Amino acid sequence: MKNELISGGEIFIRSLKDHGVGTIFGYPGGAIMKVFDALYDYRKTLHHVLVRHEQGAIHAAQGFARSSGEVGVCLVTSGPGATNTITGIADAMIDSTPVVVIAGQVSTDMLGTDAFQEIDLVGVTQPITKWSFQIRNPEDVAWAVARAFYIAKSGRPGPVVLDFTKNAQIEKAQYRPTTIDFIRSYVPIPATELGAVECAAALINTAQRPLVLVGQGVELGDAQKELLAFIEKAQLPVACTLLGLSALPSNHPLNKGMLGMHGNLGPNVNTNNCDVLIAVGMRFDDRVTGNLATYAKQAQVIHFDIDPAEINKNVPVDIAVLGDCKETLVAVTEQLVPTRHAEWLKTFTSYEREENEKVILPELHPTNDHLSMGEVARAVSEATAHKAILVTDVGQNQMMAARYFKYTQNRSIITSGGLGTMGFGLPAAIGATFGRPDRMVCSFMGDGGLQMNIQELGTIMEQKAPVKIILLNNNYLGNVRQWQEMFFEHRYSFTPMMNPDYGEIAGAYGIPFKRATTREELQEAIAEMVATDGPFFLEARVIEEGSVMPMIPPGGTVSQMLLEC
Amino acid sequence: MENKLYTLIVHSENFAGLLSQVTAVFTRLQINIESLNVSASSIEGVHKYTITACTDRNNIEKVVKQVEKKIEVLQAQFFTDDEIYSHEIALYKVSMSEFESQSEASKVVRQYNAHIVEVNPVFAIVEKNGSSEDISALYRELSALNCVLQFVRSGRVTIPKSCIEPVSQYLNDRAKEHTNKKKK
Ligand SMILES: Cc1ncc(C[n+]2csc(CCOP(=O)(O)OP(=O)(O)O)c2C)c(N)n1
Ligand SMILES: [Mg+2]
Repeated sequence: MKNELISGGEIFIRSLKDHGVGTIFGYPGGAIMKVFDALYDYRKTLHHVLVRHEQGAIHAAQGFARSSGEVGVCLVTSGPGATNTITGIADAMIDSTPVVVIAGQVSTDMLGTDAFQEIDLVGVTQPITKWSFQIRNPEDVAWAVARAFYIAKSGRPGPVVLDFTKNAQIEKAQYRPTTIDFIRSYVPIPATELGAVECAAALINTAQRPLVLVGQGVELGDAQKELLAFIEKAQLPVACTLLGLSALPSNHPLNKGMLGMHGNLGPNVNTNNCDVLIAVGMRFDDRVTGNLATYAKQAQVIHFDIDPAEINKNVPVDIAVLGDCKETLVAVTEQLVPTRHAEWLKTFTSYEREENEKVILPELHPTNDHLSMGEVARAVSEATAHKAILVTDVGQNQMMAARYFKYTQNRSIITSGGLGTMGFGLPAAIGATFGRPDRMVCSFMGDGGLQMNIQELGTIMEQKAPVKIILLNNNYLGNVRQWQEMFFEHRYSFTPMMNPDYGEIAGAYGIPFKRATTREELQEAIAEMVATDGPFFLEARVIEEGSVMPMIPPGGTVSQMLLEC
Repeated sequence: MENKLYTLIVHSENFAGLLSQVTAVFTRLQINIESLNVSASSIEGVHKYTITACTDRNNIEKVVKQVEKKIEVLQAQFFTDDEIYSHEIALYKVSMSEFESQSEASKVVRQYNAHIVEVNPVFAIVEKNGSSEDISALYRELSALNCVLQFVRSGRVTIPKSCIEPVSQYLNDRAKEHTNKKKK
């Protein structure tokens, strides 16, 4: 048996199993037939989720990875199957999500002939992957899979593409189980300089007004506890990026809220008041910094990151602490002097009060009859004891859900941050139900974004995937409408949108449905949704022309947030 | 920040498709590549890219970090002209009639230590190797004499003046790390 020859397709499936893969999101086709044929023999132990569109497969793999921390796997055919995954690959790249996409490819002897469903997938995906490789013979399969998993997951995670030629799937070779944990040209975690650790600690120890910016890197590095010890020892106030929101519980007294365009007033304003800015696993995205020319100019900047290319990319840094933040945070914490920063911490209170009065309370307790997005999000969060995984789509629904949800557990927000991909939410939520079957998954969607991958309701139906869909229906491409209102003189160019009867749609897929227009209906619907075992579709008819506030206008300064539009 | 000519030296595994990934980094940062030379290095299986580009220090640092992120890239480093010894080769096709009618022409060729490598009744080919500046200067002088039909120049080959060989050091360090990892 040992020297038995098996097809490249079967080697591939066995390699996946040996890498601990239990779930694959995929869609078959001509150039990946042999792999699907091999999968048939393993279907009892390797669960394949048949999506309804390959974009659904890649986003589901992302949702799986983001919720579980494991590599998400996506299996598609060549040509259009592969190109349908491109948006998700780019999304995974910019949001550092470990996924491996395996696409069929025409036979090696047909490459470059414009054969049926041939595209240069490696060429197309190179700029948006961590690694992209074409497998041309069966002997390379086990090696390529091992390398793909190692690269996707190690260091700063990211997407990997394997372009699997048909002949390599069919031809036979021996299977030698392979794992890779070393590539000489690839240093996943840069060495930490002792001097940097010392300088960082010394600077923090002298800081009067320190501010810590927490990004997704803390969650990716599994360093939530280490972060807690770090900030508590020196009483350092924290602000989180959108992707870092659940790295620290929302109700922690040092958690001062969200950064960025639609973040909280206190942390944004105080970014320009602090004396030492301490960024941990975040990349100073323009949605966080606003205008760089006026961003934290007064502060000395310390940047903890695993990716040397992030240092000095957007914001000049005084001290860079390279390495794995699970270790670097501990090293710096050891050298911190316990401090209180009481005065400084107090400065957040007045901003909190102002935002509460002008923005949060009116959002949570509207004086009119219309439901607001914020009250729906808060009500769902409360009904789940703030323990659910929040998945969002993109737009107002995303910002409102992120703002008004509360987070008590790690890895509780899955949203398309860097790419802002509408259509992400529904399939990502499907993936999350497989990544964390023990947790409730709530997917907040806009009426626009839901319809971008609405076909995945079919996957939910077939898999009985327990996704709680909360549609915040405003009959608009709301986010764009808000910009038109604020910056384009109310010229609503193609943002009003006609909607179908979502009750009938949910019904057609056999998904329990409730529509809520009033607060009573909302409470009832949420109660029913939470009590329902399995998927649920809640349509909340929300105020049509609501706006996400506060806001740093595009290109504006972090300290000058608009509280009213 | 001030723009100047930087030379980027990249060592990589011999891996198909890497060249376009390296050049794409320049394109994305809106930097034009002035010259590019790719060849095997003195270390077996390791390729060497020598790329020159005019940009500022901030940008060239970004290029280095982005290039180093490519999985198969071993090391990338940038140099200014005073830190390296570099050489280029150039060929000048000159019209025989113009060349012979002006005694200046062959004098210039000798002055620049260039060689005539091919002669026929229609044209001669002058070969010059040396610094970028000398090659350009010779071109200007021959052009002024109106005799240049064609002119080509190679990308530069470059050797840093520093005594340490960072790639070998990198490879040694990595090999050590690997053995340590295995022992664990
Ligand atoms: C694929 C894609 N296309 C277009 C956009 C631009 N865009 C951002 S938000 C938005 C409106 C979203 O509308 P909807 O899904 O109804 O959400 P809402 O803002 O109303 O909550 C659009 C069109 C995008 N982010 N992604
Ligand atoms: Mg909408």
